[in-house]
Amino acid sequence: MGKLSRIAWLYIGAVIAAAAVGVARGPFTEVNWAQVAALGLLLVACESTATLLSSRSSVSWSPNTIPSLAAVVLMGPVGAALVGCCTVLGVRRGPSPAQRLFNTGMFTLSAYLAGRVFLLFGGHVGTPKDSAFPGIIGPFAAAAVVFVIINFSLLRGVLLLAREAGTPGARIGLDFKVLLTDMGYAVFGVLIAALWGVLGPFTPTLVIIPLMVARWAVAQFAAQQRAYEATVSALCQAVETKDFYTRGHSERVSRGSVMIAREIGMRAERVEAIRYAGMLHDVGKLGVPTSVLQKNGSLTDDEYAAIQLHPMRGLDIVREIGFLDEALAGIMHHHERIDGRGYPMGLAGDEIPEFARVLAVADAFDAMTSTRSYRGARPVHEAVAELRKWAGTQFDPAFVDAFVTAIERDGWKGPEGAPRSDDQAAATGALPAQTAQGDALAGGLAAGVMLRADVLPDDMLSHDMLRADMLSGSVAEPDEDGLDAPTKPLRAIESI
Amino acid sequence: MTPMAARRHEPRGFPRQVLDSGQSLLVIFAGVLLIAGVTQTAALGVRDVRTALAFGGLIAFGELLRLNLPGDREAAPIAMAGALAYALLINVGNSPAKHGPHQVVAVAAIGMLIGALPHLAVGRPARLSAMAARLVAVACAAAVFRPLANHSLIGSHWWSELPVMVSLVILAWLVEAVIAALIRTDLLRGRFGVTLLDELHVQLPLGAAVGASALLIAFAAEEMGLAAVAVFTAPLLVTQVALRRYTGIRATYLQTVRALARVTEIGGYVETGHSARVSKLAVSIGRELGMPEPALLELEYAALMHDIGQLSLREPIPGGATVLVVREEQRRIAEYGAEVIQEARVLDTVADIVRRQSDPCRPAERGEEPPLSSRIIRAANAFDDLVGSSVEPSRAAAAVQRLRLDTASEYDPQVVEALSRLVSRRSVLGP
Repeated sequence: MGKLSRIAWLYIGAVIAAAAVGVARGPFTEVNWAQVAALGLLLVACESTATLLSSRSSVSWSPNTIPSLAAVVLMGPVGAALVGCCTVLGVRRGPSPAQRLFNTGMFTLSAYLAGRVFLLFGGHVGTPKDSAFPGIIGPFAAAAVVFVIINFSLLRGVLLLAREAGTPGARIGLDFKVLLTDMGYAVFGVLIAALWGVLGPFTPTLVIIPLMVARWAVAQFAAQQRAYEATVSALCQAVETKDFYTRGHSERVSRGSVMIAREIGMRAERVEAIRYAGMLHDVGKLGVPTSVLQKNGSLTDDEYAAIQLHPMRGLDIVREIGFLDEALAGIMHHHERIDGRGYPMGLAGDEIPEFARVLAVADAFDAMTSTRSYRGARPVHEAVAELRKWAGTQFDPAFVDAFVTAIERDGWKGPEGAPRSDDQAAATGALPAQTAQGDALAGGLAAGVMLRADVLPDDMLSHDMLRADMLSGSVAEPDEDGLDAPTKPLRAIESI
Repeated sequence: MTPMAARRHEPRGFPRQVLDSGQSLLVIFAGVLLIAGVTQTAALGVRDVRTALAFGGLIAFGELLRLNLPGDREAAPIAMAGALAYALLINVGNSPAKHGPHQVVAVAAIGMLIGALPHLAVGRPARLSAMAARLVAVACAAAVFRPLANHSLIGSHWWSELPVMVSLVILAWLVEAVIAALIRTDLLRGRFGVTLLDELHVQLPLGAAVGASALLIAFAAEEMGLAAVAVFTAPLLVTQVALRRYTGIRATYLQTVRALARVTEIGGYVETGHSARVSKLAVSIGRELGMPEPALLELEYAALMHDIGQLSLREPIPGGATVLVVREEQRRIAEYGAEVIQEARVLDTVADIVRRQSDPCRPAERGEEPPLSSRIIRAANAFDDLVGSSVEPSRAAAAVQRLRLDTASEYDPQVVEALSRLVSRRSVLGP
């Protein structure tokens, strides 16, 4: 929530006032203060573990349904509302005082209304006896549904007034899945109430331990995943240093591949795999000796073969990474062409693994829109036109289409300093004429040294031309092309 | 065979035997428990068959869903929670639970065996020692609690039952951890104190969840009957799924770093297998010196990536042997490697270890001595540069001798001594 409008303040005030009126009306006869204290403490504990729904979200989530609904069963609406008031005591850094007040009002009101519904459906307030058991389920379920729905509606309302409603639900993470999770946690509310008879005030602690450990385990997993991603990306950058690539090529190919994968509706696990495949697709470049990459003079057949082997080398390196099965095929075949004239295997059409066809599009696109020492970066619309032009011969047309659609909708964040196409509509425009052969060579489908050769008809391809390109592709004057950053340590060591 | 070679064989065979006998002793003990439990139960008759079946089913289900924790540990949280709850039952519904400790052992053991069968069927062998440890832990709790419960020596209020039950759950957890630590000490030649602390550290969150769930199931069985068994397993299931994925990604992480560390080999910067050998050796030295597990993991990462800085060289060093190049250049390579690792932002300690690896252990001018991990990597790297993939013992001995000559300034004497012990045991230099 940013700066709040007057209406938003009024809204927050109204929520708090409604909650206060509910509590003030009483009756307080069913309120057991020891239970309020124990459940309030539990609520504070729950509230203190609140986590953001997603990294960009302004909404956080905590298992507050548990103590609130336990209070509904044990003490009815007023007791539940009093427990809800404890939200204000949550120990966490995130919320501003206004947010804290609103949250407190929201949980108090939700709990109060849930309590009313519980009574309305014929629920009996108090520690449930054995005989209560199947009968309590109906009223409790109604109370839980009401609690969750009111909580969501109030939250939606404040987001709307704080002008965050424009953000799609997926982005703030407020969706059906969260609703279900909330309902799942609500079940533990009735369990706490049921166990109160045997375990007394120790119940909340005992119930909460496994739940907290579960959340801890989930958080551990998320943290490890982030660490993994960061490490892979750092190591890929190290690889890029040797390769004289503009910094971030792997990262951007990874992002482009993910855009395509999402656009064609790949499953989430496959999207994850293609993310890593994108990052790792050029690792094999390291297998090409530096002396070949930087050679002054014609390449021998052997050296040319060494270059063509880089996808295989990449495969050698990453083969041992267990989960990458499908990604491995993508890495190995990302230089294949639809017409069968690629390498290393010369596969054609559908023989080429899907991942490889996706990677090829993203790879070529990033190479075109990045700065090279022999040419500036090309604008997005030109690169798109180029992709279109070679769709069907070099690229899978379906993936080119998917990529173009995604770029038009979400834009493309190229390397820093590269020109952006302000006019995204131009992306679908006509193919700009190729003016010079050199440009076709240099700007073509340059996934590195090699693809530039690919763009040429076979009869024009000679090892000498390839080598000439490679030389111009190396960092003769790094500073001019914004390539200084990754090559600095290199030059430092060369100078000794 | 020369007499010298014969002597070399002795220390190699001896610890292996200890390891085997220690584990088999445990398995035999558990087997005896199992037989005693089953025969006594058969002789006295099964009490409350329905409850026994329900808990046996839960234990089998939990065993089926056992998972691996980081560091090649096995856990079966749901099975453990079920077995402990069965040991700690007081009432089921309105009738008191009267089964004896032998029945707890029998139900737990049979449940575990049934749960292990599907694993066997798909070719995943059961880890008998881990199952045995679980059974012994449950047996301990049952042996103390069943007599108390069956003779109504324990009150019917939570404040009198709970302290006893909590202490028994903790006891069971400690028993399992101590047994696991003993096995690991044997297996990895670590130090028992360090291994036990590692074990407790890894098992603490899961142990807390298992213990709390066991108590919940035991208490809830009184109020809700056997439905409680299913309900309170749910949080453990969530934990288990998350932990499984966590362990998976951790393994992938290590695999990836291992794989990417090989780029230096493929690029011709270092000899094939160098990073893998250095990391293996470094971890062995670290364990020999009693480093705890989290530090060992960082050491392993740092050792795998210690040469990543060489990627910045235009021409590979001949043979990749950094031990042969001048100090200034070693430092530059280390510095660049650290920069690469620091990019990840999550491995700052690792980056620091890599950065300091080229510093001599007794710095002449710059005060502070490098961290232990750096000193270990420095020695392991030098050793591997001198020995390579050779398994020739005389060459290894000569390399250790050479490092020893430099302990005055270059290498940490403590590290070199640990290396020397390892080399003489030949445990890290298997073919």
